[in-house]
Amino acid sequence: MTKRSAPGPLEYLRRWQMQAWLAAVGIFLYAPLIALMAFSFNDSRRNIVWKGFTLKYYDKAFHDSSLIEAFANSLTIAALCTVLSVALGAMVALVLWRFRFPGKTVLDGALALPIVVPEICMGVAMLVFFAKVMPWPVGLPWPLNLGAITIAHVSFSFPFVAVVVRARMASFNREMEEAARDLGAGEWRTIWDVILPHMAPSLVAGALLAFTLSLDDFVITFFTAGPDTVTFPVKVYSMVRFSVTPEVNAASTILIVLTVLLTAVALKMQGDPAGVAGAHGDGK
Amino acid sequence: MEQSWKQAKSVFATALAAPLVWLVLFFLVPLAIVWAYSFGHNAGLTEIAITGTFKNYARAIEPLYLKIFLKSAWVAALTTGLCLVIGFPVALAITFASDKAKTWLLLLIMLPFWTNLLIRTYALIAVLRDEGYINKGLEAVWNLAGKVVHLAPFQPIPMMHTNFAVIVGLVYVHLPFMVLPLYSALDRLDKSLLEASLDLGAGHLRTLFKVVVPLALPGIASGVLITFIPALGAYLTPDLLGGPDSQMIANVIERQFKRANDWPFGAALSFLLMYLTFVAIAVQALLSRGKKGAGA
Repeated sequence: MTKRSAPGPLEYLRRWQMQAWLAAVGIFLYAPLIALMAFSFNDSRRNIVWKGFTLKYYDKAFHDSSLIEAFANSLTIAALCTVLSVALGAMVALVLWRFRFPGKTVLDGALALPIVVPEICMGVAMLVFFAKVMPWPVGLPWPLNLGAITIAHVSFSFPFVAVVVRARMASFNREMEEAARDLGAGEWRTIWDVILPHMAPSLVAGALLAFTLSLDDFVITFFTAGPDTVTFPVKVYSMVRFSVTPEVNAASTILIVLTVLLTAVALKMQGDPAGVAGAHGDGK
Repeated sequence: MEQSWKQAKSVFATALAAPLVWLVLFFLVPLAIVWAYSFGHNAGLTEIAITGTFKNYARAIEPLYLKIFLKSAWVAALTTGLCLVIGFPVALAITFASDKAKTWLLLLIMLPFWTNLLIRTYALIAVLRDEGYINKGLEAVWNLAGKVVHLAPFQPIPMMHTNFAVIVGLVYVHLPFMVLPLYSALDRLDKSLLEASLDLGAGHLRTLFKVVVPLALPGIASGVLITFIPALGAYLTPDLLGGPDSQMIANVIERQFKRANDWPFGAALSFLLMYLTFVAIAVQALLSRGKKGAGA
């Protein structure tokens, strides 16, 4: 942009008003997060005046056993949730993409429900379910004690995976499948050798989506978590209730960095940021 | 295109069984139980008798709770409106940016969106509280000014635990929800129509309101819906940033299930919230269908 010509009629981005607006929105979105990350390195408890660089709060966070346990719980739940969600989401996407069957519209609608139902409603439904219908045994060895939370997470994650996979299957060339048939492949063989390879990129994107959804969730976990099964967001919530402390800043910074890394991987896989966003943003 | 399920029963049954059972058992059944509870009452400390009563719903539309419903809807609508005003120019800028700038701008909008909601809300607490960045910054300016003229000691502006903080928090969290659908709608516009409008002597604002907005209306409607629904059911933002008078419906539901221990009433409230959500979706669907019919 070294040319000093006046902006063209539709080059909105080159107008200073627009640039100022974008800068203001950028500051609004980023300043709080950058400040949070910066003050996690600040050598002062009052954490508003810069007193020098320190890593002691990271050291504190890493030695806070309950925080570490919550973080390990979150990662374990997210990993389990990812595996189950990808399997279930891919299966249901395959069925909806490939078959005509009675009740298809109903299944389609029911699958959209977890995406649109407000989190709080799903949270209380899970609370009631695990309190009255299927009480999750207390005192199971780790990681079995995380079962209830994992189940709840899979319930809201796998429909998102199904959305991503179905979007990908729309670009499938059915002649490939017919060719496989002509060459003597059976039903299963066709799915395994022709359809699954085409699905693969969306499975990776779906997996990352399920992982971040699970890692991010607070409200639904808040209702399904027991006293001995605290996840990272629930732990941070209880810390925030008391006060703003540098330890929380440090722990949050670690999670932000992790999220940014995962997002970068997801974008590399997907190639189109809007695609990932569209899947992530429907009613969550 | 699609084959009938009868042609490949084994594949069909294998692929459908697990997701279907999961969806029914771990999603529809819990919701159904809550729905049944909303027609019941507490019959003891832990027992709930489902009697088919409408008392819970009647209580939910008493002035006290109706006010909270209306307030939640109003807060969500205000959030949505602010997101639309703030987000529309951003979406427009992204649409007309060069390909490289487009990717970066989209990333700029999306990164906070992928950051944990709780952390984003917590980051705002550090900005808004009495010892937060805004008040400390103002205090520094005040003290500098105090060196010149004699001033009273600085009083921090109370921003935390107010409705103002809740609105700021909700806009902060939901802005990307608005920008992304708007961008995908604007991106599909025929740019030559805008050029034609400008050529024929309409100014930029007139082009915006006479050409861009009518054409992008379905996108605007879906952006509004995608922002409104989560804002209506927001729990964390009013809980952490709001005060006693900034309760939203989700906080009331949480209280009924946890502290007040009145599950049937909480169930009725959460189903009313769900019906409101469905109404919003239905209205949007009808509007977009009407648009398609008229635009043909």
